[in-house]
Amino acid sequence: MSALAGGPTTGAARTADLDGAAVPTIAAEDVSVVIGGQPILSHVSVTVAPGEVLALLGANGSGKSTLVRALLGVMPATSGTVRLFGAPLGPTVPWDRVGYVPQRLPAASGVPATALEVVTSGLLHGRRLRPPRGARARALAALESVSLADHAHRRVQEMSGGQQQRVLIARALVSDPDLLVLDEPTTGIDVPTQATFVDTVARLHDAGTSVVVILHEIGAFAPLIDRAVVLRHGRVVHDGPPPAARADHAGAHHVHEHAHPDPEPPPTGPTLNVEVP
Amino acid sequence: MSPVVEMLTSPLMQRALVAAVLVGACAPIVGTFLVQRRMALMGDGIGHVALTGVALGWLVGSWAGVVPNDALAVPGAVVAAVVGSLVMELVRERGRTSGDLALALMFYGGIAGGVLLIKVAGGTNANLISYLFGSIATVSASDVWLTVALAAVILGVGLGLRSALFAVSHDEEFARASGLPVRVLSMLVAVIAALTVTIAMRVVGLLLVSALMIVPVAVSQLYARSFARTMLGASVVGVSVSLVGLVITYWWDIPPGATIVVLAILVYGAAAALRPVLRHPAPVHDPHPEVVDDVLLADEPELARD
Repeated sequence: MSALAGGPTTGAARTADLDGAAVPTIAAEDVSVVIGGQPILSHVSVTVAPGEVLALLGANGSGKSTLVRALLGVMPATSGTVRLFGAPLGPTVPWDRVGYVPQRLPAASGVPATALEVVTSGLLHGRRLRPPRGARARALAALESVSLADHAHRRVQEMSGGQQQRVLIARALVSDPDLLVLDEPTTGIDVPTQATFVDTVARLHDAGTSVVVILHEIGAFAPLIDRAVVLRHGRVVHDGPPPAARADHAGAHHVHEHAHPDPEPPPTGPTLNVEVP
Repeated sequence: MSPVVEMLTSPLMQRALVAAVLVGACAPIVGTFLVQRRMALMGDGIGHVALTGVALGWLVGSWAGVVPNDALAVPGAVVAAVVGSLVMELVRERGRTSGDLALALMFYGGIAGGVLLIKVAGGTNANLISYLFGSIATVSASDVWLTVALAAVILGVGLGLRSALFAVSHDEEFARASGLPVRVLSMLVAVIAALTVTIAMRVVGLLLVSALMIVPVAVSQLYARSFARTMLGASVVGVSVSLVGLVITYWWDIPPGATIVVLAILVYGAAAALRPVLRHPAPVHDPHPEVVDDVLLADEPELARD
């Protein structure tokens, strides 16, 4: 957390000074996503300025993950436009400047892959279909930055849920992105991995990187967040300073209401809640 | 002349050996991507569709009066296999739920279409047997050249684009978020799978093609830690069983395709049985995940948490 001492807003300020009216990192206008006739996102517009840390908040099923997937082109938007670094989604986007950390590794297929191989795949983007020179050294450095250097040659399938997630952070960081997108980095995670997430975001924030982070609760990220967008039923209901948590949300007896079941938790990283009356 | 020299100087055996080595090397490389994409049965589906292609080639050949009448069987198989594999890839991309069913329709449609068309073309089901179960003894010089050319394409794509194909097969969502041409790369995997099926058709037969793509991968992933080593190991296993199987059938009159596949399965059995002995045990570490609980014990500082 020592990176925070440098001052949380220097990055954003520097970028703005350099080129006055900077091109927004993300400019999404009027994005709607309809899946199977159901409107998942309705007319969402979001802008992320260079160096800004944006939290995407909302209950489960409010459309946060769908929005992020639409912003990155993982899922096609039904209508509306998305521009990344000024370029419309497609081959002209400078994809090497985008880093994405999904919620978890896809289910194992049985073919082993080492942490090093997974992280190296983060160096491919757009039309770069083969790893660049020095890929191995860069991948090892990225693993080092999430304290997994000793595990570079282990099978990711044999790692704990938290270690797998740190591999995914390293895969996003290896290309030294100017935009990092994190999907629910605090759900069902061990303490060292949570610290890695917060530390990573703090470090990138200082370096002027834009960050979009999906959060269920603001929690440990609170001091880093510049702006929050809150989604409800697929619509933006708030866009501005991070809102306060509901009063009943912090108590020991508050009940999490889930509209539909959570995705399966990682095999080895369940959240343990011992309620002490 | 010693029997071994005699075997190696027989032109028929030389052609068979070249085909066996190339197929044994290529099939597991493509198979590694298929297993990683959870499409281990795709090779089977393509094989069944290729049978319709064989019969279609035969039919076109008989209409056009080509001699011999099966001259267009292999090109027919190539076309049908490529088209079939692309259809399967599109079905997979569109919706995962119907993928199973689509594959099943292709299996049965492919076989039934082949049997029907071969009759229309004036052939008999017996003509299909050599395609279904392989006929490495009848490999001609032009077959060998076709095999060499297709193997070069398969190896070029499979090894040259290994990293990109790994990225797409490992985590498709991340690959899309990296701007990789996911659809083109997925289709490349489908096409090299189709080409592999058609070159392996002569060696092990359409019904057993998939075994040579998948079983060596199953052996290799028991021991390998990385994707690259899984692929290399699988290829070594594939070449070994193909060569040994072929040599065995030179001395004994048993079907080469089936022998190769049975050998591969025996190797898998042995590899699985010996795994606890041969593989270095994983270092023992605390299996409990480090997860926050809500309990504060007397002698520990309060941890920062959400």
